Amino acid sequence: MKIGVCVKQVPAKDAPLAIVEGATWIRESDIGFETNEPDSFALEEGLRLKEKHGGEVVAISMGPDRAKQTIKEALAKGADRGIHVADTQFFKLDPLTSARSLAAAIKDENFDLVLTGLQSDDQGFGQTGVLLAELLGRPHATIIMAIEVTDGRMKLKRELEAGWFQWVELPLPAVITIQSGINKPRYATLKGIMAAKKKEITTVERASLGVPDAPTQRVERIYIPHKTKKTEFLTGQPKEVAAKLVEKLRHEARVL
Amino acid sequence: MKILLITEQRDRKWNKVSFETLAAAQQIAQQSSGSLSGAVMGKGVATLAAELAGSQLDEVLLIEHELLENYTPDAYTIALRQVVESAKPDLILLPHTYQVRDFAPKLAASLGKGMIGDCTGYRDENGKLIFVRQMFQGRTAADVVFVGEGPWVASFQAGAFRADLAAKHATGKAPVNAVSVDLKPEQIRTKPLELFREAKQAVDLTQAPILVSIGRGIKAPENIPMAENLAKAIGGEICASRPICDEGWLPMDRQIGSSGQTVSPKLYLALGISGAIQHVVGMKGSRTIAAVNKDQNAPIFEIADYGIVGDLFEIVPALTEELEKSKSG
Repeated sequence: MKIGVCVKQVPAKDAPLAIVEGATWIRESDIGFETNEPDSFALEEGLRLKEKHGGEVVAISMGPDRAKQTIKEALAKGADRGIHVADTQFFKLDPLTSARSLAAAIKDENFDLVLTGLQSDDQGFGQTGVLLAELLGRPHATIIMAIEVTDGRMKLKRELEAGWFQWVELPLPAVITIQSGINKPRYATLKGIMAAKKKEITTVERASLGVPDAPTQRVERIYIPHKTKKTEFLTGQPKEVAAKLVEKLRHEARVL
Repeated sequence: MKILLITEQRDRKWNKVSFETLAAAQQIAQQSSGSLSGAVMGKGVATLAAELAGSQLDEVLLIEHELLENYTPDAYTIALRQVVESAKPDLILLPHTYQVRDFAPKLAASLGKGMIGDCTGYRDENGKLIFVRQMFQGRTAADVVFVGEGPWVASFQAGAFRADLAAKHATGKAPVNAVSVDLKPEQIRTKPLELFREAKQAVDLTQAPILVSIGRGIKAPENIPMAENLAKAIGGEICASRPICDEGWLPMDRQIGSSGQTVSPKLYLALGISGAIQHVVGMKGSRTIAAVNKDQNAPIFEIADYGIVGDLFEIVPALTEELEKSKSG
């Protein structure tokens, strides 16, 4: 199987977010970046499928030069090569333009399977996998918790809401988005890190892909959300606060 | 503005977030002096269409087909594309469910349009519609606008609007118009198989009016019955933040948060939950939030209506006792 895995580099989870005044992004200079956690589950699933069925895993990342670090980490874990779609102004792209760019960059690869994480921890659009499928003319399934491949078809366990799941079948080639928690992502070994140095990363300038500059939406500003609630603190001995809370819930909030 | 609301049902049961989005759609239609159509899709769903027609909207579109009985992204996209091309809405609104995440971006892209998903609200600034969504896992909000011609596609997060504020039809019932769609089996590449639940006593937390939720502060699995007693006394369901379910102390289907369920009960009682954003995104739409935590700086208090700073091992039994006392009295 020839498998492409989309991995995004995002600001580190604990990074202090400083919003650039009057702008629509955060100040990048003082913060660390890491591989989007949901994508690491997709990468792990890709590596396991390769181990089982043979083939190749290609890590694909779009972003400025620093995004190559995320590709290198994927190579160290076992991906065979990388594709870097370079764009310093990547954060300004709307979901459709992002997906059009990725689709243009990978369409000639003719992957049997393209995997993405559920969503990114920064912008969180959660659309890339579904859009890629539409743009590449492939069937898709999202929020997948198990993959079984037999004879050019896949049986997938799809997570629904409220504790429900559904088995779905679809033919390859296809695009799948992976639910976080499907597996335990591996760590890179020292041997893997050394081997990665010899692996190839192809860089494609996003501007060279011929994707039209036709945004469908625009982020006007980002900001720290206003606190909408005023918390009323109840104090006293346990019995007193318990009685106060029940009283408030019953007669003030009227939820009991 | 001409608005098309796409509701969601499975096995002829509503996904109730549809009615929260109905409330939003009604507001936007009213503010823009526009019209609102509500679509019901599936097979044998005429009774649901009739039910929706009791709400304030201009018409209900009943879209029925053999191939819409079991959801597939292909059938839904192909059918809705035909509906959109004939109804020509300016704005398509959907509840942000797992199913909508699966097909709505595809529908938008097949129309050559974009989607603003997972919105928590909107503002109308002199006729300009601004959608508000979260970024960085809720650490920032973003104002997003559509660029270019419609139809625009947007979805609203569960809990963003209140279903009970959706207006009934003023004079009786809206007309129900059947819309026929052309679908062929060979267009559908996905084969939906059986639906199942893994947890034996799986519970639909999204429908529970009261939730008692526990976090790391509960410390050990043997302390869970204490919280369950409170849940019983208050008439609620027990649920938890992710670490509790990862430890296996409660089943996964009782997990609230970004990787679990999104709920908006009338009362959410958070016990020993710090309020990490991954948890908060799943419950901040609750109408009333009460929190017990030993740390007065815990972020949960930023969104709580009522806060108690203290030892939950003292306060929870006292609450249970108080509720039982007033019940028997």
